[in-house]
Amino acid sequence: MTEPISKEALRTDEWTINMGPHHPSTHGVLRLELTTDGEIVSKARPSLGYLHRGLEKIGERVAWAQFMPFTDRLDYLAGMNCNCAYAWAVEKLAGIEIPERAEWIRVLVCELNRISSHLVAWGSFCADMGAFTPLLYGIREREWVNDLFEMVCGQRLTYNYARIGGVSHDLPPGFLEKTKEFCDYFEPLIDEYNRLITYNKILVHRLKNIGVISARDAIEWGLSGPNLRGSGFAYDIRRAEPYSVYPKLDFNVVVGHADRGTLGDCFDRYLVRIDEMRESVKIVRQVIDRIPDGPVMAKVPRVFKPPAGECYFRAESPRGETGFYLISDGGTNAYRLKIRTGSYMAMNIFEKISKGVMISDIVALIGSFDIILPETDR
Amino acid sequence: MEPVAATVYPNYDSVGRAILEAFPIIDFLPVWLVALVIMVVVAACAIVFILVFEGVGSLVLRKLAGDIQSRVGPNRVGPYGCIQFLADGVKLILKEDLKPAACDRVLFRLAPYLAFVGSCAGLVVIPFAVGMIAADLDIGIYYVMAVSSLVSIGILLGGWASNNKWSLVGAMRGAAQIVSFEIPVAMSIIPVILVAGSLSTQEIVRSQGGLFGIFNWNLFHNPFLFFSFFVYLTAAQAETCQTPFDLPECESELVQGFMTEYSGIRFGYFFLGEFGELFVVCALATAGYLGGWHIPFLDAGNLGWFWGNLLSLGVFLTKTFTLVLVSMWLRWTLPRTRVDQLMRMCWKYLVPLTFFNLLGVSLWLLIFDGKGIPAMIAALFG
Amino acid sequence: MKTLSAQEIFEKLKGKFGDGVVSLQTESVNPPFAVVPPGSIQEVCRFLKEDPDLLFDYLVCISGVDHKDKFAVAYHVYSTEHRHRIGVKAMLPHDNPVIPTVDVVWKAAIYLERETYDLMGIVFEGSCDPNRILLPDDWEGHPLRKDYIYPEQYHGIKI
Repeated sequence: MTEPISKEALRTDEWTINMGPHHPSTHGVLRLELTTDGEIVSKARPSLGYLHRGLEKIGERVAWAQFMPFTDRLDYLAGMNCNCAYAWAVEKLAGIEIPERAEWIRVLVCELNRISSHLVAWGSFCADMGAFTPLLYGIREREWVNDLFEMVCGQRLTYNYARIGGVSHDLPPGFLEKTKEFCDYFEPLIDEYNRLITYNKILVHRLKNIGVISARDAIEWGLSGPNLRGSGFAYDIRRAEPYSVYPKLDFNVVVGHADRGTLGDCFDRYLVRIDEMRESVKIVRQVIDRIPDGPVMAKVPRVFKPPAGECYFRAESPRGETGFYLISDGGTNAYRLKIRTGSYMAMNIFEKISKGVMISDIVALIGSFDIILPETDR
Repeated sequence: MEPVAATVYPNYDSVGRAILEAFPIIDFLPVWLVALVIMVVVAACAIVFILVFEGVGSLVLRKLAGDIQSRVGPNRVGPYGCIQFLADGVKLILKEDLKPAACDRVLFRLAPYLAFVGSCAGLVVIPFAVGMIAADLDIGIYYVMAVSSLVSIGILLGGWASNNKWSLVGAMRGAAQIVSFEIPVAMSIIPVILVAGSLSTQEIVRSQGGLFGIFNWNLFHNPFLFFSFFVYLTAAQAETCQTPFDLPECESELVQGFMTEYSGIRFGYFFLGEFGELFVVCALATAGYLGGWHIPFLDAGNLGWFWGNLLSLGVFLTKTFTLVLVSMWLRWTLPRTRVDQLMRMCWKYLVPLTFFNLLGVSLWLLIFDGKGIPAMIAALFG
Repeated sequence: MKTLSAQEIFEKLKGKFGDGVVSLQTESVNPPFAVVPPGSIQEVCRFLKEDPDLLFDYLVCISGVDHKDKFAVAYHVYSTEHRHRIGVKAMLPHDNPVIPTVDVVWKAAIYLERETYDLMGIVFEGSCDPNRILLPDDWEGHPLRKDYIYPEQYHGIKI
């Protein structure tokens, strides 16, 4: 009989794998240092900063209005939301009232952009899960939104549409009809997506009970947006701290409801995004019906100098709370411009919830948080 | 004197005899030379076939992907992009053959060939037509099962020799997956062997001929066989690492897994091997369950060797390619399973099911004296 | 749910800490800041989070500000229960900006503090992860400081 193998000889080591910065499923240049025991991840430490462009420093160097194009580069999938958030923040700081129509236009483009951003989030999430086809469908529908934005501001990715005091152009003729057409076309597609992939057994089993975050944890770790609502906590800045014309609009705050697994798992976060697209379409329809006529730009001096002061403004962008903390010393530039983004805070909790999952689940987690790296790295 | 061709290939009567009659000089050549020439010719045919299949297959795969994903697919090279695969092939050959600095050079070079050989060696016993089979081995099915395991060695070597952790993860997954799924694949093909009473693939196909057309297929022989066909397809999908079980490659997690470090034609060999394996498992399913080359209501053996072979080849390839298409269609539809779910599926569901199924088939054959349902219905009506 | 104004929140703070909180900064500031000495930031934050009338459970943002002669650390907190918000500010000397960490109060502070340390050079004492986050570990200087000198090169690479 052979000798029993000693414990010493059977010792297994953990190994460290580098995931990223170029990896198809990290949604950009995120790097994760994985410590794994075979397929089981014992630690995943995010290493950020590969896309750090010093936007906050740039913000201190350029004039207030000149920073607008840089906000497009914060979250390139939701440029409108970042544009408008910055504009709202500066207007709050300077106490500028903007025309009613401009507010409605901003809400309209923000919600359209939320749809297109969630479409990419949904598609790339499915691609991460190995189903490549939904990505193409998501991109296909996003083209519609891009066409609409091209009508409105001539750009398809970095819009630079909002201005301090309004928006750069009024809506072109025929825009609202086209938008309505898009809504009619798009709304039934959401059900098609659900039939196509959402309740696919493989996908459900990949996502349910993975990366469970309780509502308490989500708040404690500063999650926001769909990631927080996926944990079943109805917190939407559009409702909690209403800004612009959101109080006049009728929409629901979508929360996760443990559709298949535990509350707050990847599948809940996934579903929140799907359902939020419905709500955004609802908002877009209301805006189309109720948008008033009038000017789209307030009178803002050419050399814009807001009074000295500080202001923190938060807006609900597709990836959570986009906050601008602005300090003005009365000059033409910001004295300090701090940007708080949803993806950055999502990376915060990543290390905690990635303990003990498998390598495949890491991909699911990144996808379910819908992080975007220019936003985390700024 | 016994004709040489018949000595080399005793079961290869029709084609062999025709060639022999056309070139009587063959009878005067030494046996080893004839055998060698035949081997080379057959091997060349197989290689050309698999190359063409791979080329056209990859084109179809991409066109199909385009259709499913509401886009066009390749459309630049040739009309409708139909010679795109030639461009791809040229590109694969011309690309630099990169090797990582710290790789294990010998194994790194060896691995693609092993994977390719392992998957394509199965072609030897595929009964393409009534008289077209490279070698009708007595242990045909057994042989396929054996050589297709070479693929896992190729994958494991490739992953290990690349000296890349992601590749190694992919290789480990691949090896575990292929070894595991050999069992359900084998266990779900054994019922066919039981019915036919032979391991020879040609014999299995022959046993499905008869008067009832497609109802002579093993698929409709009895409920257990019907079930086992689908188990076979599922397990084969996993054994060949096709989506939704493409864990060893898994581009969104492991970035092509064991193939990450390969470029140029070495990558091409893995790619070829994958397609070859896909073809072999689909061909086996056709031969085992779907009546192989049998033309419904027609006896291919009576059509003369040219038309018989041609028609039965067409039938066989049609059935096989249909299965290949189903596999590709699945590939663009489903998400990917996780490695533990895959293993659970294999060991907790598929393996017990196939064993149960085998028992069912055996009992059926014992109780009904080897008769299938169609045969029994026919007996009812005299 | 009982939303309190910044003044009421400040009164509560004043009642608990007395002279531990310095002042309420409301002029042209939104939301208003309760200015506290750096030493008591942890206690103030814990009180803000745990007091049933305040329940500031959501740390929104931590920002460092370089006022040239001193640093300010601004904490924006929010209560998901009562839906009120306030800022907490601590002033630090410019030559040695050190402040106790609040990641024991809100976990959200971990990344926010790392970022503030990385870009502003404010040291958070007792932090569970006191490393740089956006810049490389061997980067010299803290770019968001007003007196930051742009480097000519990094590891021999011209910038």
